[in-house]
Amino acid sequence: MPHFWLTIAIVLYACGLAYSLFTLYGRREKLEPLVIAVVRVGALFHFVSLAESVWTSRQISLLTTQRTESLLAFLLMVLFFFTYWRLRSFSHGIFVFPLVIVLTLFTALEQRPLEFSSPLLRSGWIFTHIALILAGYAALFFSFSSSILYLVQERSLKTRSLGGIASRLPALQVIDDIGFRSLLIGFPFMTFGLIAGSLIAEASYGALFFRDPKIVLSIIMWAVYMILLFTRWTAGWRGRRAAVLSTVAFLAATLAWAANYISAVHRFTT
Amino acid sequence: MNYSLLGVNHKTAPVEVRERLAIPESRLPDAMRLLLHTPGVTEAIIFSTCNRVELLVRSPQQPADVRPFLQTFFGLNGTDISPHLYEYRNRDAIRHLFRVASSLDSMVVGESQILGQVKEAYAIARGVGAVHSQLDHLMTRAFAVAKRVRSETSVGSSAVSVASVAVELAKKIFGSLDGKNVYLVGAGKMSELAARHLMAHGAGTIFVANRTHDRAIALAQKFNGRAMLFEGLYETAAEADIIISSTGSPLPIFRREHGELFLNRRKNRPMFFIDIAVPRDVAADMNKVEGIFVYDIDDLQAVAAGHISARRDEAARAEAIIEAEVLRFEDRVHTLQVVPVIVSLQDHFEQIRQAEIDKVRGRLGSLTADQQLAVDALTKGIVNKVLHTPITALKTAARDVHSDRAKAGEAGTLIELVRRIFNLQKEDSHRQSGDDEPQSQ
Repeated sequence: MPHFWLTIAIVLYACGLAYSLFTLYGRREKLEPLVIAVVRVGALFHFVSLAESVWTSRQISLLTTQRTESLLAFLLMVLFFFTYWRLRSFSHGIFVFPLVIVLTLFTALEQRPLEFSSPLLRSGWIFTHIALILAGYAALFFSFSSSILYLVQERSLKTRSLGGIASRLPALQVIDDIGFRSLLIGFPFMTFGLIAGSLIAEASYGALFFRDPKIVLSIIMWAVYMILLFTRWTAGWRGRRAAVLSTVAFLAATLAWAANYISAVHRFTT
Repeated sequence: MNYSLLGVNHKTAPVEVRERLAIPESRLPDAMRLLLHTPGVTEAIIFSTCNRVELLVRSPQQPADVRPFLQTFFGLNGTDISPHLYEYRNRDAIRHLFRVASSLDSMVVGESQILGQVKEAYAIARGVGAVHSQLDHLMTRAFAVAKRVRSETSVGSSAVSVASVAVELAKKIFGSLDGKNVYLVGAGKMSELAARHLMAHGAGTIFVANRTHDRAIALAQKFNGRAMLFEGLYETAAEADIIISSTGSPLPIFRREHGELFLNRRKNRPMFFIDIAVPRDVAADMNKVEGIFVYDIDDLQAVAAGHISARRDEAARAEAIIEAEVLRFEDRVHTLQVVPVIVSLQDHFEQIRQAEIDKVRGRLGSLTADQQLAVDALTKGIVNKVLHTPITALKTAARDVHSDRAKAGEAGTLIELVRRIFNLQKEDSHRQSGDDEPQSQ
């Protein structure tokens, strides 16, 4: 059944994606509340799907290991609703919906989830580790997409072409605020998530885990985010420079995510 | 009636060209005097605002060519600005003047400043004697037309001003204007207007710097703001989020290195430069600095253009008024043309009559008062009888022009014919001032 609920959610999210693509050409003030309502229902089904899988397995930790993609997608949607509620801006949808749909499809199409037999997974620690990292990912993805939107809006203001997409984007400083706040929220999550992870790894594998590619990439990503935060804090870096850093961090994050398939530690088979 | 108008405006010339041709107010009287000395020019006026430089002249015979004036006055040294120039003659020139005064030709259609600027130019022109008769009449009419457009259409009342465009852009950058500081560099009317708009949308402190510090103080008081020393501009400017610059400086005040310095001090928080000065106060490469957004008067136009489309209908109504007024003005001019002919015709015959009476006075001997009166009555009677038909014909021709515009040429030919038959001099120069108002035609 979780797959069924998720499929409904995906279909409804697709409406959000369609509308996001449409906003590249125009904006329909009247259509937007409807789209938001549809997407909300989608998120509700999504939530039901997640809750059911916890319910049936009676184990919260399985939620995070078997359905990480789905959970990450859900967290992204929560952030999306939050920004929409605060700013009435649909702009992040153009980034959020494709990712959410890919992630949920990933879960929905996976007939046989990875078998994680490690006893580690039963501990609450691993849940904490993964949940924190996912929250971090979601927030940092918002920071990344904000920096892209910032560049678009900055460019339109510089070139004085204020029609088109630019007119539907929030003000430059508002985009900047969303990005910076996401960074401020995401970074602690990411940091604590990584700390929790290394504590678990330290306890079970010793110092060896540092050679794991996923961990190396995660540390790179974390370092870039720290630079991003630091330069923003001290020198107010934003715009192009922040976007470059954000993109590097995002690439590192994506690779770290993909590293699940090559990482020894994260295969959880030992 | 030979009016010709030569000029550049925001549509034909980029700001780089306009700023080369801009004439500061202090030099306008000299410029107008010089223009008046151009061969063939009897009256002249120059409009020089940030969006236009226009020379309007009247010449009695052929339309005068005032291009040489441009070359000498601006020292263009053969630089070819002709691609940017437009030239209008007679009816087109009148129409253009009416459109300018009514703010239909403005960068921001309907803004009210232009009328004030035209009035200022008129005052200067009258002051130096460059405008004294028919051009004076035309200018007065232009003001009346502008007033009519303003009161009969909503072009003016709901004008999208540069100021509101500036506010909109500021919001696009900063989101909310709450607590954003505004720095006025140069205490002009336009920057005052923009500041007022920004204040109305929640802007924070207003700083004012002006070369004449007293004016800065006066303006700062109006906004409860702070007057800053012009000398300390670069030290204090970084405190402002929005800088509105409108000084008369011939060179840019803000250069790229200043922008980089400000941003450094502001920790890269964005800055918005509104440059309403011509020549520009902000160097062109300032916009390349990341985090700085520069909009000059041309850029504001581009933004305003979007709004203008919504007002096309009103503008169309305003154009119709202008068209009617142009024809009305021409009618009046034609009517006026008849008056001097009639007057000189009467003068001419009166002189003949007097001369003939003087000739025969010796032979008649002394006349009694009654006889004197009889002679006068007799001669006047003959003159009046002779003149009756031509004068009636002239008056009818003038009246016909009112009802049928095609007859304007006919009236002109008739006038010319009468002048030639009776050998009447064109008394253009000394008569016209008295002829400004039409008599009871």
